[in-house]
Amino acid sequence: MNRYPLWVNLLVALVILGGVLFALPNIFGADPALQITREDGALVAEFTVPEIIAALDEQEIEYFEAGLDDQAVVVRFPDVAMQLRASQVLGEALPFHIVALTRAPRTPAWLRFLGLEPMSLGLDLRGGVHFLYQVDLEYALDQLMQTYARDLRTRLREEGIRNTGISVLAGNTIQFGVQDLARMDDAEAVIRVLDPLLVVNRTTIEDQPGFQVQLTPTQITERQNFAIQQNTITLRNRVNELGVAEPVVQRQGLNRIVVQLPGVQDPAQAERILGATATLEFRLVDWENDAFAAMQNNRPPLGSLLRYRRDGTPELLRRDMIVSGDQLTDASFGYSQGLPAVYVRLNSQGAGRMLETTQANLGRPMAVLFIEEKPELIERDGEQILRNTREETVISVATIQGVFSSNFQITGLTPFEGQDLSLMLRAGALATPILKVEERTIGPSLGQDNIEKGRAAVLTGFLLVVLFMAGYYRVFGLTADLALFANLILIVALLSMLQASLTLPGIAGIVLTVGMAVDANVLIFERIREELRNGNSPQASIRSGYEKAFSTIADANITTLIAASVLWVFGTGPIRGFATTLGLGIVTSMFTAIVGTRAVINLIYGSRQVKQLSIGGSRA
Amino acid sequence: MVNSTLNIDFMSGRRIALMLSAVLILFSLGSLATRGLNFGLDFTGGDLLELSYAGEADLADIRAALTEDGFDSPVVQNFGTVSDVLVRLPPRAETEGTSTRDRVISVLQARDSSVELRRFEFVGPQVGEELTEQGGLAMLIALILIFIYVMIRFRWKFAAGTIAALVHDVIIVVGFFSILGFGFDLTILAAILATIGYSLNDTIVVFDRIRENFRVIRRGTAEEIINVSINQMLGRTLITSATTLMVLICLFLLGGETVAGFALALIVGVVVGTYSSIYIASAAALALQVSPEDLIPPKREEIDDMP
Repeated sequence: MNRYPLWVNLLVALVILGGVLFALPNIFGADPALQITREDGALVAEFTVPEIIAALDEQEIEYFEAGLDDQAVVVRFPDVAMQLRASQVLGEALPFHIVALTRAPRTPAWLRFLGLEPMSLGLDLRGGVHFLYQVDLEYALDQLMQTYARDLRTRLREEGIRNTGISVLAGNTIQFGVQDLARMDDAEAVIRVLDPLLVVNRTTIEDQPGFQVQLTPTQITERQNFAIQQNTITLRNRVNELGVAEPVVQRQGLNRIVVQLPGVQDPAQAERILGATATLEFRLVDWENDAFAAMQNNRPPLGSLLRYRRDGTPELLRRDMIVSGDQLTDASFGYSQGLPAVYVRLNSQGAGRMLETTQANLGRPMAVLFIEEKPELIERDGEQILRNTREETVISVATIQGVFSSNFQITGLTPFEGQDLSLMLRAGALATPILKVEERTIGPSLGQDNIEKGRAAVLTGFLLVVLFMAGYYRVFGLTADLALFANLILIVALLSMLQASLTLPGIAGIVLTVGMAVDANVLIFERIREELRNGNSPQASIRSGYEKAFSTIADANITTLIAASVLWVFGTGPIRGFATTLGLGIVTSMFTAIVGTRAVINLIYGSRQVKQLSIGGSRA
Repeated sequence: MVNSTLNIDFMSGRRIALMLSAVLILFSLGSLATRGLNFGLDFTGGDLLELSYAGEADLADIRAALTEDGFDSPVVQNFGTVSDVLVRLPPRAETEGTSTRDRVISVLQARDSSVELRRFEFVGPQVGEELTEQGGLAMLIALILIFIYVMIRFRWKFAAGTIAALVHDVIIVVGFFSILGFGFDLTILAAILATIGYSLNDTIVVFDRIRENFRVIRRGTAEEIINVSINQMLGRTLITSATTLMVLICLFLLGGETVAGFALALIVGVVVGTYSSIYIASAAALALQVSPEDLIPPKREEIDDMP
């Protein structure tokens, strides 16, 4: 007799039922939809919904449903054309809101109530843009060294220590010579006060005693991490301005940031906003000299920089920067005493410098310099090197009206300029330039094609295998087919549960799994046939067939699992998608093909006298 | 389909099989040395655009338009249908990918406004280099891990046989892509790793039976026992290969151009893997004079007794 204890049968039933439940949300499909959130992240107001409905009705745009979700208003549309039109209409009708294109799953309320969701689709299936950016960490370190050099210059001057001039060398080293040997200890004390962690070495520079100052490895790592984190946050803010539902912005490896924008239709626009690698600086305007004169002989006075506004007006700026964009923590647009104003907030370091500057320069003009970095690959000594060309524009000049530090306003702008400036200040606070090193854009029509082709391949392959197994192994083949079906359901259920996104290579993994999952059953059934041929009774053959095949199945699957794991660890994006479904498929197939089919076979043959098994092939 | 009383003398034919394999490997290595691989964008870097036209696309005109606009040696070819076009541009030193997409589109739109961008890929040279490195490393680590696993389960002679079969498979599949000049990208690499998994699967199933038979059939030479084992597992080997090939052919024919190369690599891999698990793995083990002591682990594993 072959019977499973009740708990095993219950376990099989439970796993399959659970699988069906988790896989269920996937059969309902999704509507093209718009997701409307507020720019400042606050909850969308109740009265926004009627406003949306009114705007849509006015333009005679058809929609299914508009309702307040957790944090956003979701409006569903019958087709993509309506969705796109509505996105334009609502974008204009709702200032201070982000209108994002999305797909809203048609999951019934009771499933949503249980927290069940369909699996998410990868970019190659739903269309969208994938950017990989590289952060210029060398630049970030160099910038830090320049800050130290500047501070050191000031302090040494304050202490009256005469030096040969401070230079920043490659390899994150600051070097300077001290002209008065007796002041060497004082100079070292100045460095220590500046930052006690710095590595300080006494050395000889051009026959003068001097210092070499370097960062510790920890400081280097900290600075690099900071640069990446800040870029990630800035990119995230820019993505929010783009209006994309479910974007991904995350660090990848040491110096990369991956940005994924599902459903984006215009990659060029996305790139313009994301890829503008901009920084900004607050500088005092050189009020003592004439900018036009400097422009005419193209020679700025010592200690000043000649820069231009967008309209070509020249401005002379003081060489010493007050604060740079990485010290800016927030900028927003508003009205101050009825006049448009941009509210700026600085971190404590920036606030300190701003306080000093404004105390000394009340009533003088201060400029905001906007710096766009255009990364270029140039060839040097046969190697490709990343270099940046800078384009610097003065975007605002304002008079310092009072002493301030961490919070201040920039006034004297039109509302339009103000909004623009606050946006640029916020988005432009990128401290370190980034370079796009990879892009993968999938148009929406290709995504839909890929879904249809993937579905056709899975279904046809599945059907062929099912027919083949049933024809070759009869009743046993049918149980294997049931197991295969259950396996598909379990893979979909696991993908939905893990919210891992399904990609085209992922579908390929499922197809491969369908072909390979029956292997376990083939092994078992061939073994049963063999046992029957050796003259064993049907029941004994079933038992020993399952038992003897087990270690072989385990060995074979573990090796495939090794290959899948290696792919998962080393692969990125598409490769990982393939490895995920292949790996999940192997694990679930072990369960369905061994325990699952055994449970069914036991139900059919287990508790009765059997003379013949319907397993095809030999006449036992 | 497969009769159980089959008793094909696989092992005596192993010399012919080894010669065949040697020839295939020589051709593969020869082609790899002279022609190399037609590396895809993932490895070389550069730009790739998939375009769709309303009617039949004029490839020569597209090529001319791009060359005129200063794009160096663009590769323009049909992709699946006559109205779909794949454009590939080599990586350029001084510009970045930003404008390439928009520039190509505007150049081509000026000639035929029906052109639609379906896919754009840009891979920077440094990313390509890394991916090549990572791919090679992944392959190596997979082989090492598998060697360790088979060592633990079967002792070293069989592990060596397994690895011989895997290296054999990898060389032939890569050689296939080199000889026919098909594009070799990341997905092909993934397919080869999956092939390693599959071929191994096959090999292990045969080895498992050889081990069992060494235990059960105490008489007989190693060659005889290996022959019996291969014959016993032949039905399973062929049926599993058949179902796998079935789904792969579906994927090749229905899955679209993007996964066709991937499916093809797997199809070749499954065919070669099936053959190598019969001939190469066992023959290698035999050549290393495998004996029962090489197979039977000190104690029986408990998992053998599980349902």
